[in-house]
Amino acid sequence: MTQYLDFEKPLSEIEGKAEELRAMARADETVDVEREAALLDAKARDLLTSLYGGLSPWQKAQVARHADRPHCKDYIETLFTDWTPLAGDRNFADDHAVMGGLARLEGRAVVVIGHEKGHDTRTRIERNFGMARPEGYRKAIRLMEMADRFGLPVVSLIDTPGAYPGKGAEERGQSEAIARSTQACLRLGVPLVSVIIGEGGSGGAVAFATANRVAMLEHSIYSVISPEGCASILWKDAEKMREAAEALRLTAQDLLKLSVIDRVVPEPLGGAHRNRAETVRAVGEAIEGMLAEFDGRPAEDIRAARRTKFLGMGSTGLVA
Amino acid sequence: MNWISNYVRPKINSLFSRREVPENLWTKCDECGTMLFHRELADNLQVCTNCGHHMNITPRERFNALFDGGVFTDVAVPKPIDDPLRFRDQKKYPDRLKAAQKASGETEAMLVVEGEIHRTPVVAACQDFSFMAGSMGMYVGNAIIAAAERAVALGRPLILFSAAGGARMQEGILSLMQMPRTTVAVEMLKEAGLPYIVVLTHPTTGGVTASYAMLGDVQIAEPNALICFAGPRVIEQTIRETLPEGFQRAEYLLDHGMLDRVTPRGEQRDELATILRMLTGEGPIVYGDLPAPIQDEALAEAVQAVEETVEATPAPAADGDKTT
Repeated sequence: MTQYLDFEKPLSEIEGKAEELRAMARADETVDVEREAALLDAKARDLLTSLYGGLSPWQKAQVARHADRPHCKDYIETLFTDWTPLAGDRNFADDHAVMGGLARLEGRAVVVIGHEKGHDTRTRIERNFGMARPEGYRKAIRLMEMADRFGLPVVSLIDTPGAYPGKGAEERGQSEAIARSTQACLRLGVPLVSVIIGEGGSGGAVAFATANRVAMLEHSIYSVISPEGCASILWKDAEKMREAAEALRLTAQDLLKLSVIDRVVPEPLGGAHRNRAETVRAVGEAIEGMLAEFDGRPAEDIRAARRTKFLGMGSTGLVA
Repeated sequence: MNWISNYVRPKINSLFSRREVPENLWTKCDECGTMLFHRELADNLQVCTNCGHHMNITPRERFNALFDGGVFTDVAVPKPIDDPLRFRDQKKYPDRLKAAQKASGETEAMLVVEGEIHRTPVVAACQDFSFMAGSMGMYVGNAIIAAAERAVALGRPLILFSAAGGARMQEGILSLMQMPRTTVAVEMLKEAGLPYIVVLTHPTTGGVTASYAMLGDVQIAEPNALICFAGPRVIEQTIRETLPEGFQRAEYLLDHGMLDRVTPRGEQRDELATILRMLTGEGPIVYGDLPAPIQDEALAEAVQAVEETVEATPAPAADGDKTT
């Protein structure tokens, strides 16, 4: 059962009708509805094509947060073999919002780090909705340093609303943890490649995405602040999130133009949640492609290239 | 518009509601309510003479008090492209920027300079909270990179005074990208073996705290400064946790192991020089009335020439000593 987003309402009506017709036919075999149902299907597909061909930034934010969108765990389970989760920051706790461990991608050993949001109430609470606490960044730092020592590339999958605004997270120094994680990314002599698979929320995303290559799924978002947060600060009205989403330039397409990201991974028609398998496969190809670019390059070169890339960022604007 | 409401009424109002205290001469302390005379307040580095509350101070005012003889030179910061996102909320971004420039007389929210503190040569950068809440955009990023590059070129330590509401939202993702960019700047200093000291001032929040402001070799904060990633209001609204007294204030962070020291503004000059001189292998500070550093190049050359002649001349035999 697809969960429809508010702008998909007309689509839900058409698909609902087609479903009703087919249910009728199942109940009474003498009725032939297939022709009519097929017509409705075609209509639905056309509508989907036009809807997803022209998603507004705010609509993309909604798609990026869709509950059925493949999450970090789905990618890890499908794309990688020998997945061995490694837990804990060796200081305080293991953060379940951040998955991390060793795995193989097409036979090659890598370190994987990613935010996991959870898929139902229980797992969402367990994963803290993908909002890392300081322990999550410190676990990632530990794993990145290990990857560097053993020459393993690092793959990070970004999907977080942002850092966790909680008392404990602040007391245990989440700013410092984020800063150190960004620093750890910059120190790696092995390639670090990131894919923003859903939401790239602020510092929580940067902490793992200060990468040699950053890819974004077609309808994912990456921003300094959520559209709602920006609206409530600059418009003094959280309901102005459409305008804020527009102004922030948080779509993959705009970020590619700004050279903040390196590639856009196309999503299946109607978004990643309508064909999860195809999405996961496309992301896997992107990761392999990005890693291949660094094969045989010396550590110093990989580190220097990453720094130069970030130092040069923002020297070209967006020509609107 | 209406002539009466726009012109006559304000005129009449201004005649009748004459302010008792001229705003620019007296400042009321936000903490204890004491009225402070401007000259006295400025002499005390914008710290309340009654309760010690630290108020906002401009980067130039701070540097005047920090450097020997109040002498420092600006370090040039590469100007970023204007309004990269063509951002518009209720106002256009360039208009907001112009208003801030007019109000502060500064180009942007960070000032980078070089000078000497107790004869210790340093590069210093100071964020200006009065300029669009000190927010971090491309310019601030460029300023920190320029400061680090200058420090590396001169082989000097870098002192950074942070103050910011966070990222400059009007630069969207590019403001977020200042987190990795400024971290690269910190890495330059670390690799060059140069000390990097951060002085966190009120308030330092958001992406600024989560990048260069938390990566110092020594982390000092001004008393009662708010230092956090997510602000107290955000936390209360999102998770409805009641927050303890003094939460996210400098002393609270010190207690939780997030800072090295909390140091009042008036003591920072001595403390910074003391720490830096130890880290860089210099001797202790020589206190006393030293002449201001020489800025004029011709004069500096002349003084150097004199000093060289003095050194070259053999010291006169101290005959008097023999007789004692």
